[in-house]
Amino acid sequence: MGTRKTKAPPPAALGRAGTKRNLPDHFKKYRHVWVFIELERGQVHPVSFELLGEGRRLADQLGVQLAGVVLGPPGDSTRHAVAEAFAYDADLVYLVEKPLLTDYRNESFTKALTDLVNTYKPEILLLGATTLGRDLAGSVATTLLTGLTADCTGLDVDDDGSLAATRPTFGGSLLCTIYTLNCRPQMATVRPRVMRMPQRSNKRIGRVIRHDLRMLEDEIVTKVVGFLSDGQSENANLAYADVVVAGGLGLGAADNLQLLKNLAQTIGGDYGCSRPLVQKGWMAADRQIGQTGKTIRPKLYIAAGISGAIQHRVGVEGADLIVAINTDPNAPIFDFANIGVVADAVSFLPALTEVFIRRLAPGNHIRLVN
Amino acid sequence: MHIVVCIKQVPDSAQIRVHPVTNTIMRQGVPTIINPYDLFALEEALKVRDLHGGEVTVLTMGPPMAEEALRKALTYGADRAILLTDRHFAGSDTLATSFALSQAISQIGNSFDTPDIVFTGKQTIDGDTAQVGPGIAKRLNLVQLTYVAKITSIDLSARAITVERRSEGGTHVLKSELPCLITMLEGTTVIRRGSLDDALRAARSEIVKWNAAEAGIEDITKCGLRGSPTVVKRVFAPTPREQKAVQIDTTEKRVHDIANELVASIFTHQPALQHELSSADSA
Ligand SMILES: Cc1cc2nc3c(=O)[nH]c(=O)nc-3n(C[C@H](O)[C@H](O)[C@H](O)COP(=O)(O)OP(=O)(O)OC[C@H]3O[C@@H](n4cnc5c(N)ncnc54)[C@H](O)[C@@H]3O)c2cc1C
Repeated sequence: MGTRKTKAPPPAALGRAGTKRNLPDHFKKYRHVWVFIELERGQVHPVSFELLGEGRRLADQLGVQLAGVVLGPPGDSTRHAVAEAFAYDADLVYLVEKPLLTDYRNESFTKALTDLVNTYKPEILLLGATTLGRDLAGSVATTLLTGLTADCTGLDVDDDGSLAATRPTFGGSLLCTIYTLNCRPQMATVRPRVMRMPQRSNKRIGRVIRHDLRMLEDEIVTKVVGFLSDGQSENANLAYADVVVAGGLGLGAADNLQLLKNLAQTIGGDYGCSRPLVQKGWMAADRQIGQTGKTIRPKLYIAAGISGAIQHRVGVEGADLIVAINTDPNAPIFDFANIGVVADAVSFLPALTEVFIRRLAPGNHIRLVN
Repeated sequence: MHIVVCIKQVPDSAQIRVHPVTNTIMRQGVPTIINPYDLFALEEALKVRDLHGGEVTVLTMGPPMAEEALRKALTYGADRAILLTDRHFAGSDTLATSFALSQAISQIGNSFDTPDIVFTGKQTIDGDTAQVGPGIAKRLNLVQLTYVAKITSIDLSARAITVERRSEGGTHVLKSELPCLITMLEGTTVIRRGSLDDALRAARSEIVKWNAAEAGIEDITKCGLRGSPTVVKRVFAPTPREQKAVQIDTTEKRVHDIANELVASIFTHQPALQHELSSADSA
């Protein structure tokens, strides 16, 4: 593959994988691992820290630096995001601070990130597979004409230094490992909670490289005219809950979901469901757990009346302890649960709730009405 | 108003096989459906058409058999169907797919009418990448509105559109312009049953078939495996867990005793949990 002559800024470099040492110079210029630090409405999404943990490992393997990329408005939230990137072990941070980066918009964020890549040339660029991250990653990869591997569950560096990105395919029944051969950077997105949350250190702010964004508000077609918060009650932060209780079709009726909520409340956990319950309108879509729902990583996961189809399994495998309650002793969920109870969930859940109440807060056992 | 909806025919089941040499998925013999998310995109497109007039064109890239998916889309009420099919497209990743589809959409604009909105589903159920929509938008330089739960309003004369877009923890209301590309969320609308008229029309309709050249694609190296920067090196089955769940014996025991045993077992496995749960409860 020959050198490609283009006007500046150059698109992603072309080269040949597997022969890194013999690559043309412009390909070798792509170095270091970058993690996009997702900042929306002033909050850093925890997936960014999970990615910094993963990025640290890759950077160490490659013997290169780990950088965070922070795009945001001038002010506290952006400054905080920079500090957090260092606390989670970034060596340096690329920072673009502009009022027009206050809200996420595809046009401004794509330009800012693309400009940074073209200027500083990372070898690997990781983003969270959130609504924001996926929206941005697709645009950036297409603009750079480089490869992007979505929703990875495993990232590794090969002998020749290429990124080996593993992701589920066909609903999780198979895994595939994908390489980006002839282009740089190698881009990947990873869903929240797939990677472990790394330790936070007290590292102080390090090297910050500021970059300008040459763009005017008038050039951005899309305007954010409002935000409707999910509100407290339906604000499912399932992915980060330590204890999750979930129900499936085995619960039989929408009314029985109350049993689930009672148990969740008793043990200070959150609740979720399998997909059919969302399809029936019994629960909100953002409480669905699994391949097309949330990935969770709780310390305790209790599945009641859930068969354990592969699409559900891929969302819960990171749990420390999986407890399954199912009437069918041959249900697939018992193949990956740690503790199994063959029982009718509808009568078992209230009993379980009561026992928990007794064990956790003695003397307080008349709270349930069923 | 002209709306183009990109749909994909996907395998309906998990019985997939992988080609031993090329490591690509072999789709033969597996029942197929229209990617479920694309149906929400189609429904939204039909609703917009019903409200504002115009036409809906459905477009798919795939093997000749993908014609079935298009015919199905016609029974729902789409006005025109275009199948982009060429062996040069085989093995396309998302970058190559978005290239081919964007070229075809430009050609649709030349041949019929320039699209005001291009719709895709939020993602497919086989690839799951959610990248083709953004890829098409970027290639066609269209405003990109992803994860749209609802189109609030369209003002054709002002070329303005307002949508609700899902984001983490809430919904953003975005005001933008036509033409644009929208990727549609699931579950936001009820998918219509096609009318008998539509079914009859669909059966008779001719499906427009384009190969790469007919879609205006000059540089074939941007398509298929050659145009795909990502390469699948290895496909493998996840490693099964060695151990099945430890079963709590439920025969001849009262529900309450079983529950007791389960809670004890949970705390044996996770001693730290008892303290954490207690403090969570009292908090
Ligand atoms: C593309 C695609 C994506 C998908 N994504 C997801 C996803 O993200 N998440 C997801 O969960 N699913 C997903 N699915 C669906 C998945 O394949 C299964 O259909 C689904 O998980 C099954 O849900 P379930 O276990 O609740 O229901 P069922 O499969 O109907 O199982 C019900 C279970 O309850 C048991 N049961 C019955 N009565 C009782 C009782 N009284 N007490 C206790 N147990 C009882 C039964 O033995 C059975 O095992 C997806 C499917 C596809 C095709």
